[in-house]
Amino acid sequence: MIAIYIIAGVLVLLVIFVIGIYNALIRLRNQVKNAWSQIDVQLKRRHDLIPNLVETAKGYMKHERGTFEAITEARSKAMGANTVSEASKAEGALGEALSKFMLVVENYPELKANQNFLAVQEELTGTENKISFSRQSYNDQVLFFNNKIQMFPSNIIANMFNFTKRDFFEIEVEAEREVPKVSFS
Amino acid sequence: MWELIRVNKRNSILLLLAMAVCLLLLGFIIGMGVFGLEGGFFGLIIATVIWLILTAVSFSKGDQIFLLASKAKPVTHKVHPQLFNVVEEMKIAAALPAMPKIYIINDPAPNAFATGRSPKTASVAVTAGLLARLNRDELQGVIAHEISHILHRDILFVTLAGIMLGSIVLLSQVFLRGMFYSSMGSSRRYSSGGKGGGQAQIVMLVIAIVVAILAPIMAYLLYFALSRKREYLADAGAARLTRYPEGLASALGKIANDKSPQLASANKVTAPMYIVNPFKKKKQMKLSDLTSTHPPISERIRILRNMTHGASFKDYSNSFSAVTKTKTVVPPAALTKEDIALREASTEAKKKERHETQMRQVGDIMRRVNQFVFLTCLCGLKLKIPPNYKPDKVKCPRCKRNLDLPRK
Repeated sequence: MIAIYIIAGVLVLLVIFVIGIYNALIRLRNQVKNAWSQIDVQLKRRHDLIPNLVETAKGYMKHERGTFEAITEARSKAMGANTVSEASKAEGALGEALSKFMLVVENYPELKANQNFLAVQEELTGTENKISFSRQSYNDQVLFFNNKIQMFPSNIIANMFNFTKRDFFEIEVEAEREVPKVSFS
Repeated sequence: MWELIRVNKRNSILLLLAMAVCLLLLGFIIGMGVFGLEGGFFGLIIATVIWLILTAVSFSKGDQIFLLASKAKPVTHKVHPQLFNVVEEMKIAAALPAMPKIYIINDPAPNAFATGRSPKTASVAVTAGLLARLNRDELQGVIAHEISHILHRDILFVTLAGIMLGSIVLLSQVFLRGMFYSSMGSSRRYSSGGKGGGQAQIVMLVIAIVVAILAPIMAYLLYFALSRKREYLADAGAARLTRYPEGLASALGKIANDKSPQLASANKVTAPMYIVNPFKKKKQMKLSDLTSTHPPISERIRILRNMTHGASFKDYSNSFSAVTKTKTVVPPAALTKEDIALREASTEAKKKERHETQMRQVGDIMRRVNQFVFLTCLCGLKLKIPPNYKPDKVKCPRCKRNLDLPRK
C-alpha cells in the first residue's frame, strides 16, 4: 500500500516538473517571437519617417536629387519585399542609403540648423538605434532559448514536444555591418 | 543575464530575511529590557506591526512617494525627444515588458535613479543638469545603468531593504531616546516594577541598549555592502546592453568633475538609488569605504575603460579583477560564455561641446517640462512664454514684431 502511494507521489511530482519546464519553454519561445516582431515594428517606423525626412530636407538640398531617389526607391523596395531574405537585403540597402544621406547633410549647415530637421534627425537616430537594439535583444532571447533546449533536463521535454532551435539574426550584406551608426554631427 | 537575475533575487531574499531577523530580535530584546519576558513578545509584535505597515505602504506607493519627494516631474516625448528615444532604445535592448515612466528633476546636479516595484511598473528619473551635460552616447550609458537596475530587480530590493533599515533605525531611536529621558527622571522605575528579578532586569536592559546601538549600524553596513555590489553589476549590465562601455565611463567622468552643489532631495537611505552618490565628500577617508553606498567613481571608470575585448559580463568581471586586484563581484552563474563585440562611438560623441549653451539648456528643459511655449522670432530671438500668458499675440522685444502664439 505504502509503495503505491510513493509511486503515485513520484509520478505526480514528475508530471508537475514536466509541466513546469514545458511552460517555461513556451514562455521563452513567445519571448523570441515577440523580440522578432519588435524588429518589424522598428523597421516600419523607419519607413514611416522617411517621407517626413525627405520633405524637410528637400528645400535645402536642391542638388542632391540622386540621394533622395536612392532613399525613396530603397524604401519602396523594402516595403514591398515578400520573403525574409528579400526584406533583409532591401532593409540593408535602405540603411546604407540613409547613412550616405547623413554624410551629405554635413555639407549643408543651414539644414543642420533647422529645428524641424533636427527633430526628424533625432527620431531617425533613435529609430536606427532601436533597430539594432531590437536585433541584439532578439539574439539574446534566441541564445537563451537555444541553451534551454540543449541543456539537461529541459532538452528531454523540448524533444518530446518538438521545440526546435532558432536561428540568430545575422547581417548578410557585408556593408550592413557598419550601418546602424547613422550618425549626425 | 537571466542567471544573474536569479542569483540577485535569491541574495535579495536572504538579505531581507537577515534584516527581518535583526529587526524582530531588536524588538524582542528592547521589549524584554523594558518590561521583562512578556514584554519581549510585546516588543516583537510592535516591531512586526511597524515593519508590516511600512512595507505595505512602500510596496504600494513607495515609488510615488520617492518621486514626489525628489520633486520629479513626469514628461512626455514632446518635452525631450532624445531622452525618450534613449530610454526606449534601452527598454528594447533589455527586453523589458513595458516602457518605464520618465521623469525629470529640476536640479543642476547631474544624477539619475530608477524606482518601482517590478519591470512592469518602473520609473526612471534624471536631473536637468544631467541632460544638459551629456551627449547622446553618455546619456545612453546612464540610462542603460538605470535600466539594468530595473532588469536586475534592484529597485524592489532597495525599496524593501530601505524600509526595513528605516524600521530598525526608528525602533532603536525611539527606545534609546526613551531610555535617555526616563533615566533623567527616575532611574528606579524599572527595577521596582520587576517581580524580584531586579538584577536580571538590569542586565537585560544593558543588553538591549547595546543591541539598539549596534543593530542599526550592522543593518547600514549590510545594506551599503550590497548596494555597492549592485552598482558594479549595473555598470556591467550597462556595458552589455549598449556594447559601448566608454559611454557610461565618460558620463561618470563628467558627473565626477561636476562643480554644481549637491542634489537637494537626497538622504542616506535613498542614496543607493542614484547612479552616483548624491553626497559630495570633502575628503576621502579610509573608513568611508565601509559606509559608502557607491564604489569610488574613478574605479568604476577604470574598470569600464579597461574592457577592451568585449562587452559581456565575463569581460567586465575580468576587467574588474585586473583593476581592483580583488575577487570579482559578478556571480559565477552569470559568467557564461558570450561573444559580444564592442561598437564604435557615434560621431556626435566625437564632437567638442560648448559648455555655456549646454548650461542654458538646463533652464530650457525645465521650462519645457513646465509647459512653456518656445517661439523663434524672424529676427532670430528665441522667446520663452510661460503657460499662464493669456493673450494670443506677443511682441518681440528686439524687433517689435507681433508674433502669433500657437494655441493648443
